[in-house]
Amino acid sequence: MRHSLRRDITIGAIAITALVLLPLVWPSKALIDFVIRGASLGLFATSLNLLIGYGGMVSFGHGLFFGLGAYSFGLLMQRTGMPIPAAFVLTIVVNAAVALAIGAICVRLKEIYFAFLTLAFQMFLYSLIILWVPLTGGDQGLRGGIPRPTFLGIDLADQKQLYIASCVLLVIGLMLMRHIVASPFGYTLRMIRDNAIRAAFLGINVFRIKLVAFVLAGIFGGIGGVIMSLFVSGAYPEFAYWTVSGEGVFIIMLGGLSTFLGPMVGAVILLLLNDVVTRFTEYYGLTLGAIILLFALGLRRGLTDFLLDYWRQFRAARAPMQRS
Amino acid sequence: MDLASLVSCFGSPACVITQVTSGLIIGMLLFLVAAGLTLIFGVLKVINFTHGAFYMLGAYFALTIFKLTGSYVITLFGAAFGTALVGLVFERLFISRVYGRNMLMQLLVCYGFILIFDDVVKIVWGAEFRSMGMPTIFQVPPIFIAGGVVPPFYLFLVGVTIVIGVVLWLVIERTRFGKVVRALAYNPTMVSVLGINTGILYGLVFALGGLLAGFAGALAAPVRSLTPGMGFSILIESFIVTVIGGMGSIVGAFVGSLLIGLIRTFGSVGFPLFTDGLMYLFMVVVLISKPTGLFGKEIA
Repeated sequence: MRHSLRRDITIGAIAITALVLLPLVWPSKALIDFVIRGASLGLFATSLNLLIGYGGMVSFGHGLFFGLGAYSFGLLMQRTGMPIPAAFVLTIVVNAAVALAIGAICVRLKEIYFAFLTLAFQMFLYSLIILWVPLTGGDQGLRGGIPRPTFLGIDLADQKQLYIASCVLLVIGLMLMRHIVASPFGYTLRMIRDNAIRAAFLGINVFRIKLVAFVLAGIFGGIGGVIMSLFVSGAYPEFAYWTVSGEGVFIIMLGGLSTFLGPMVGAVILLLLNDVVTRFTEYYGLTLGAIILLFALGLRRGLTDFLLDYWRQFRAARAPMQRS
Repeated sequence: MDLASLVSCFGSPACVITQVTSGLIIGMLLFLVAAGLTLIFGVLKVINFTHGAFYMLGAYFALTIFKLTGSYVITLFGAAFGTALVGLVFERLFISRVYGRNMLMQLLVCYGFILIFDDVVKIVWGAEFRSMGMPTIFQVPPIFIAGGVVPPFYLFLVGVTIVIGVVLWLVIERTRFGKVVRALAYNPTMVSVLGINTGILYGLVFALGGLLAGFAGALAAPVRSLTPGMGFSILIESFIVTVIGGMGSIVGAFVGSLLIGLIRTFGSVGFPLFTDGLMYLFMVVVLISKPTGLFGKEIA
């Protein structure tokens, strides 16, 4: 199961082309908004799946990095007026540094304690945002809009150009993460998930591998936050609230955690559910709750996992017949 | 930050009494919810994320029963046993299907039910804020202790909760039922081999958790306003309590609840915007220094 980089790049290029052409075929503002939100949520959920699906580390506090990305980027743009690419790179540096510090403390803990400690750190950041009014605007969030000066002829204040930029960021982000999970590092991470003690016996530094995964997930989660802050032209405390982490976990469970694109599928399902259900019924919770139960008790796994299992069973059922 | 007012509060007995009593109220309600949560986790190894919804159901049951009967005693028992019944049915029908499954799948089932319960409450009782009002027995002038105002209902609430806590501890530690439940937490297969119906027992433990949460809801109904999302914040806080006290430990839940209650009330004087932050900071410190919580044991 080796993935060639060249094949991934080809698929990525096709995906970007298709996404860029999509509004030409179906010109709709709602579609553009949908894809930008999907890019933000999809990157966030896929980065969380690096931890949950590939690392076996169930984080309840991944929303911290979403909020941190949005706030760092927004503040850098508002306060310093630096060009967007510079602010973007600096945001990644901030996210990586914070993820390194928090990860060094969290990844030592097992299972449920890891989950709760990450949640506690996230809510701590949320409280800081609420408290530090002069910097963050408190519960009002970063208001007054984020300046989006033109760089290299790209104007992100224009919704269509922001759309293209989000698609490019999404595809590049997904390709990088794909490359990470297909690398020896990715396989080591999965080995630690399955049997950390054995990995340690083989001379693997379990702590370091887990920490690197935590930092990488923090970086990509932050990029999701950056896209969201560009989209809404601001940053709000809700971005760092625990519900964002909950949504991330929920998306992964909807889409499936054992396939790479599962979280991406889950993000699209959740956004569709949000948009469709709220349009047709005022009992949003009742409907969404029933759909969740259908997944959890009916399919018993995420959609892509279910389809994959189904496909494998189908193939297995067919195989003996062909042989005889 | 407002350290000056915190210092001046500690200088005045009246302020200390007022803050301690409201801290106790928060702590006691939290304890009832967290005790059920920690019990269910200890025995069933399931984190019941719907526990906040049970608290909410208890409060709304209390609202209706009080309106019908006018008796607060009937209200307390009716709400508690009503919620216990919901818990029993919920466990037998749904939670029993996810034992031993991935924790995330359990979380997902519970999340679905949180949404459903909230919407059902919205349909039955309406989305707006409701309040039950103080029962007439407690509509008496407040008691003054060292210049601090203490409503009589607060004393009742604290007293009743302490009695429940002691009874719960006695049931778990001193009765045959408690012994079987502890054995169930330790080795369910062995208990089942010895001829005990573990399915019913799981249901009963879950119902007991629901009973405590429903009772907490009924106790909270006169002093809190009721809304369809009221279970969420107490759920998060009771998680903090169980993590601090140690998952599965009732004594830990009690100590944790008191600590959180006091941090909340004194924090709101000294650090008005950072009260929640203090709570999480405390949780971080406990988790780093003793991941199993103050009174918890390592979970195998």
